[in-house]
Amino acid sequence: MCRIFSSSLVRDLSCNQLSSNNLREMLESTKESLKLEAMKRIVGLIARGKNASELFPAVVKNVASKNIELKKLVYVYLVRYAEEQQDLALLSISTFQRALKDPNQLIRASALRVLSSIRVPIIVPIMMLAIKEAATDLSPYVRKTAAHAIQKLYSLDADQKEQLIEVIEKLLKDKSTLVAGSVVMAFEEVCPDRIDLIHKNYRKLCNLLVDVEEWGQVVIISMLTRYARTQFISPWKESVVENNHEQAFYESDEEKLGTPQSKPYIMDPDHRLLLRNTKPLLQSRNTAVVMSVAQLYWHLAPKQEVGVITKSLVRLLRSHREVQYIVLQNIATMSIQQKGIFEPFMKSFYVRSTDPTHIKTLKLEILTNLANEANISTILREFQTYVKSQDKAFAAATIQAIGRCATNITDVTDTCLNGLVLLLSNRDETVVAESVVVIKKLLQTQPTQHSEIIKHMAKLFDNITVPMARASILWLIGEYCERVPKIAPDVLRKMAKTFTVEEDIVKLQTVNLAAKLYLTNSKQTKLLTQYILNLGKYDQSYDIRDRTRFIRQLIVPNEKSGALSKYARRILLASKPAPMLESTFKDRDRFQLGTLSHTINSKATGYLELSDWPTAAPDSSVRNVEVMEPEWVPSMGKTKPLKSDDKFYSDSGEEEGAGEEGTGSSSEDSSSSSSSSSSNEGKLDSESEDKNSKHSEETDSSQSDKSSGHSDKKKADKKKRLQLKKKAKKAAPKERYQMHRPPTHHPLTQELWNLRTFTPKMVSSPVFVPMSSHELLHRMTGKGLAAQYHFPRQPCIYGNKMVSVQLTLTNSSDHTLEDISIGEKTSSGQNIHRFSSIERLEPGASVTVSMGIDFNDSTQAANFQLCTKEDQFSVSIQPVVGELFLPVTMTEQDFRKEQGKLQGMNETSATITMAPENTSNQALSKKMVSVANMGVVPTGEDSLYRFAAKSVSSGDLVLVSVDLTDSSSGRLTINTEKTVIGSMLLRDLKTALAQP
Amino acid sequence: MIHSLFLINSSSDIFLEKHWKSVISRSVCDYFFEVQEKAGEAENVPPVIHAGHHYLINIYREKIFFVSVIQSEVPPLFVIEFLHHVAETFQDYFGECSESAIKDNVVIVYELLEEMLDNGFPLATESNILKELIKPPNILRSVVNSITGSCNVGETLPTGQLSTIPWRRAGVKYTNNEAYFDVVEEIDAILDKTGSVVFAEIQGVIDACVNLTGMPDLTLSFMNPRLLDDVSFHPCVRFKRWESERVLSFIPPDGNFRLLSYHVSAQNLVAIPIYVKQNISFFETGSSGRLDITVGPKQTMGKTVEAVFVTINMPKVVLSANLTATQGNYTYNPVTKTLVWDIGKLSQQKLPNLKGSLTLQCGAPKPEESPSLNIDLKIQQLAISGLKVNRLDMYGEKYKPFKGVKYVSKAGKFQCMAITIWLYIFTNKENSHLKC
Repeated sequence: MCRIFSSSLVRDLSCNQLSSNNLREMLESTKESLKLEAMKRIVGLIARGKNASELFPAVVKNVASKNIELKKLVYVYLVRYAEEQQDLALLSISTFQRALKDPNQLIRASALRVLSSIRVPIIVPIMMLAIKEAATDLSPYVRKTAAHAIQKLYSLDADQKEQLIEVIEKLLKDKSTLVAGSVVMAFEEVCPDRIDLIHKNYRKLCNLLVDVEEWGQVVIISMLTRYARTQFISPWKESVVENNHEQAFYESDEEKLGTPQSKPYIMDPDHRLLLRNTKPLLQSRNTAVVMSVAQLYWHLAPKQEVGVITKSLVRLLRSHREVQYIVLQNIATMSIQQKGIFEPFMKSFYVRSTDPTHIKTLKLEILTNLANEANISTILREFQTYVKSQDKAFAAATIQAIGRCATNITDVTDTCLNGLVLLLSNRDETVVAESVVVIKKLLQTQPTQHSEIIKHMAKLFDNITVPMARASILWLIGEYCERVPKIAPDVLRKMAKTFTVEEDIVKLQTVNLAAKLYLTNSKQTKLLTQYILNLGKYDQSYDIRDRTRFIRQLIVPNEKSGALSKYARRILLASKPAPMLESTFKDRDRFQLGTLSHTINSKATGYLELSDWPTAAPDSSVRNVEVMEPEWVPSMGKTKPLKSDDKFYSDSGEEEGAGEEGTGSSSEDSSSSSSSSSSNEGKLDSESEDKNSKHSEETDSSQSDKSSGHSDKKKADKKKRLQLKKKAKKAAPKERYQMHRPPTHHPLTQELWNLRTFTPKMVSSPVFVPMSSHELLHRMTGKGLAAQYHFPRQPCIYGNKMVSVQLTLTNSSDHTLEDISIGEKTSSGQNIHRFSSIERLEPGASVTVSMGIDFNDSTQAANFQLCTKEDQFSVSIQPVVGELFLPVTMTEQDFRKEQGKLQGMNETSATITMAPENTSNQALSKKMVSVANMGVVPTGEDSLYRFAAKSVSSGDLVLVSVDLTDSSSGRLTINTEKTVIGSMLLRDLKTALAQP
Repeated sequence: MIHSLFLINSSSDIFLEKHWKSVISRSVCDYFFEVQEKAGEAENVPPVIHAGHHYLINIYREKIFFVSVIQSEVPPLFVIEFLHHVAETFQDYFGECSESAIKDNVVIVYELLEEMLDNGFPLATESNILKELIKPPNILRSVVNSITGSCNVGETLPTGQLSTIPWRRAGVKYTNNEAYFDVVEEIDAILDKTGSVVFAEIQGVIDACVNLTGMPDLTLSFMNPRLLDDVSFHPCVRFKRWESERVLSFIPPDGNFRLLSYHVSAQNLVAIPIYVKQNISFFETGSSGRLDITVGPKQTMGKTVEAVFVTINMPKVVLSANLTATQGNYTYNPVTKTLVWDIGKLSQQKLPNLKGSLTLQCGAPKPEESPSLNIDLKIQQLAISGLKVNRLDMYGEKYKPFKGVKYVSKAGKFQCMAITIWLYIFTNKENSHLKC
């Protein structure tokens, strides 16, 4: 036998040897297909857990292969074995370093992925460098990979923490939804305690949340839960007051905020923002997302709002078995504290015969938690059927549950007790045993008038074999031996006979019973007791020998007996406190719901405690974002400005002026243009230029008036801004668009149309979408209706010639606005696609609608009326020239060809000087695409940048090229048939590049 | 997050392992085997197992255990949801998620797993993105590949990965533009012995098969959207539109997907389409029993109830069944102790009946619990809740698509309890005197 085994082992080994030689040959062949085949086999080996490390040298040679599938398989191999073969792995590093510079983002990303997965400590500096570079990559996909690489590097070398935190800080500012989840994951792993890094990004994360991919949502939500518990004060105190306040909060927040609050608790608007923005995710198809929102509400929402999560949680019970298990566990914990919210769904927790045991037990647990005076009869009826289940472990658990109901609800204690006694005649032993144990506990809580039951149990004693049950009966008889004076000695007699064959636990209780009887009825039981004590003295178990010795000293008086024997009676027959029948989930609430620690009921590695609410609210202004910060513009709540943000107020005030003025002047425009719409385009150029400069001057003066009243810091800000404006007056309106406008929410629906195909030019998705939005109608002018617009830079779905515009309408009045629509009367010459009428807008609510406007490739304002049921407001949208384009992707070749066609009068150019900040490759591109919606055209030359777009209405190409002559100056050329637009764009770009 | 993944078949063989961080020895699975042995049946294995320094989170699907190794705190549902996603991706790629399919396509499986997780965190999980990165196997392509030397792996980043609509790829083209929607409803119900409803609810889903060119923007509206009590959406559905207008507005993924799942609450009266009269009894002596079941249609709004199956899990002591069915066939499997009665269509005129005797094991005590009946049925062209699709509009593309909606109602977890009356002790307080 042994020989056969060993010989087969040898054969197996030799076979392996042979095939590995074969594989090596295949890998070293010149044929690509053979190599691929070999790699496939090797991956098969790895998958089965076989060792293929000896092939390392042969495999690593192929790392630079042109065949992408082969390359990927080599990557798989490399990551698996690099840790074992560190020296050889280093050979591949240069390939990755080269690939990190590849123009193809997928290749850059996968090179970084593999490089960071090779767990070789010597390359830590190289990884660090690669991560830093990738974190500033133009492609969000590469940046996402960089966020993942941070965690890998950290687990390889924790000393890099400080540097990695810097990268995390940078990536947290990223506004791509793709990156958000991954970087928060990195944050959670590397520096979860650096809560200060979150402050500035808090509002952005809240607003991006809906658009982040599902997995990222889970991570972000759990991080924000922890964050909120440290930054906001508890909404749970004085809940009634809070409730009233909630109403007021929605109705007219701003008016309220102005008057001093006498109310003791005001929810921080940021706290509210988080709750509001996570709520829609309860409808997610991903169960993990639903669960994480549910735990967020559980830990953060005012008690009366927690109810919203129940329906969604109950829905999850329809999902897979494993999902049910986790969800039921969490519901079990919740149902102890707030049974009210799950009570209406009680029937969803009814057990089905097909459920696995652990699901059944959990459902039972929840039903028991939910039991109250009103529903107990329904629940008990349900329990009746469970007791008869074929699954005996479950039946036993049901009996426990009945016991718990009986102690918790005094009304039914007797009924339950009687039911349990009937179960004692059940045929199944486990059921009987469990009943005995539960009855014992119940009797202890109400020891009077139950001698009948005890007698009954004593009768059953002979038939019960389960030790725990026998022990329980013995204990009961001993404890209440005075109530059953006749039966007790008889039971003891029987026990004396069978003592030697009993289980330990039964023996212990027999000794107890004997001792108690000796004290109460020594006449009848003296001999029996001594007999049992003698048996116990020579028992195998030391526990029983110990106990016997102790009892003997205690009860049998002799010359050596100590002081204790005087108290024997008081010791043994003391009245014992009744046991509490409690849920096993009682103490689980010390863990955050939805976590692994909660599931296993012990602290898992890396579990982050949820802190208690702070007693005093930390400074909420830390979350205010410096408006000047050019990285990104914060998007705040869609319904209301922040109370603490005084800068915000002044801004909106400022805009109000500008907005009104704009309306005024453009309506003049439209009246003249209606008569001579044909001459529009020519006129427009100069006119709008004038207007722009006028605007900026007036704004400047109004600003300087106002700023005198504000804080020092703000003054400084304003001054800086003023200086800037004076320097580049013409650019002022643009700058304002980007930086000062109150930003709006960035809804899910916003960027959905970016992949439409056009022939022959392929319209690509926008490289950059400015988050800023512009005031259309101020709430004061609009009698409570406020409107803001925003260019989502997406192809318009309503017509090819239209620019899509997104309106966010907010009702900041205290009454409901009805029938909001765009009026019939609009300026002529422009085709507007109206949004469908909004029937109702509740106070405090806001809605985002999209519309399309055909601007005819001009910057002339579109005038129209915004109507509600009662009022009409004239408004106008004036586009910036950069928004009249759609980005186009083309090759360098096509670009040259098209440029060749657009020479002569179609070409405008200017010499530019650039601010030093803009000279780097990325900064320049970023600047350009933020000014105008253009696509980047790849170029082979270092100092040459090309961008392409087409005008929305006519579809004419607009080609922009920047040729840098030296570090700070260059030539900007624009080729397009639309010369007017061309020259306007030229001016805008020129000023933008001159600014830092 | 997810450290490693082991795939284990029903005979406890680890047939695939994949590590996303450092390598963890497969001996960690011993903890799993221990628990599995204790649990007995595969369904009873708890999904989360504490294994020394690791935690094992597992799911059981298609006779395969997907066991993932976790080293630190992570929401367990996150892992479970992801594992199910992996299983569904395999299903999608290979047509079935079985051991043999995985073994046959081990390279693709490995490539997929590599793309789906990076350092244990999900990277690309949308099926259409994966399909652009790694093409699903098919015979034609493998032939072409072997001749031309091209490969199954995409060279550029799928456009969906960067866009805010990752579920749809760009440049979709069809000659026939079609959009089909299947409204499938399942009735979950528990009936008691008398046939009255203990519990009933409807769970519905709308599965779509959309083959449309370009980037269509669809709007689906219902005649009676208020019926839907609780909904969950595919990420493509714009939640705001649903909240304000109760219409489903979305840019659909390409191909098959689940648009919506919904719940019709118990408050709306759920019409049970059939009734069941049943009597199963076991005699105290003679080790035999009787069975008599009649099934009839009820409230079906003129539609026929089809594919009716009655399944009964008999107590262990039942040896055989000698029955006669007036319609359909019955089979009794003495090993699994299941009685299946395939009735087929239900007609109003003649009610199908199954009647006869059961033979019990000699000497064994009679089962105390009568078995419950599980019922399966199907009704075509009817959504039992009454939900109706009003219209489907398309924006953003010029062609006219072909549209279709199909309704099906099915039985979900449909149980008829056979509660033999168990001394009504709990509800009857007066009768609390004991006979002892």
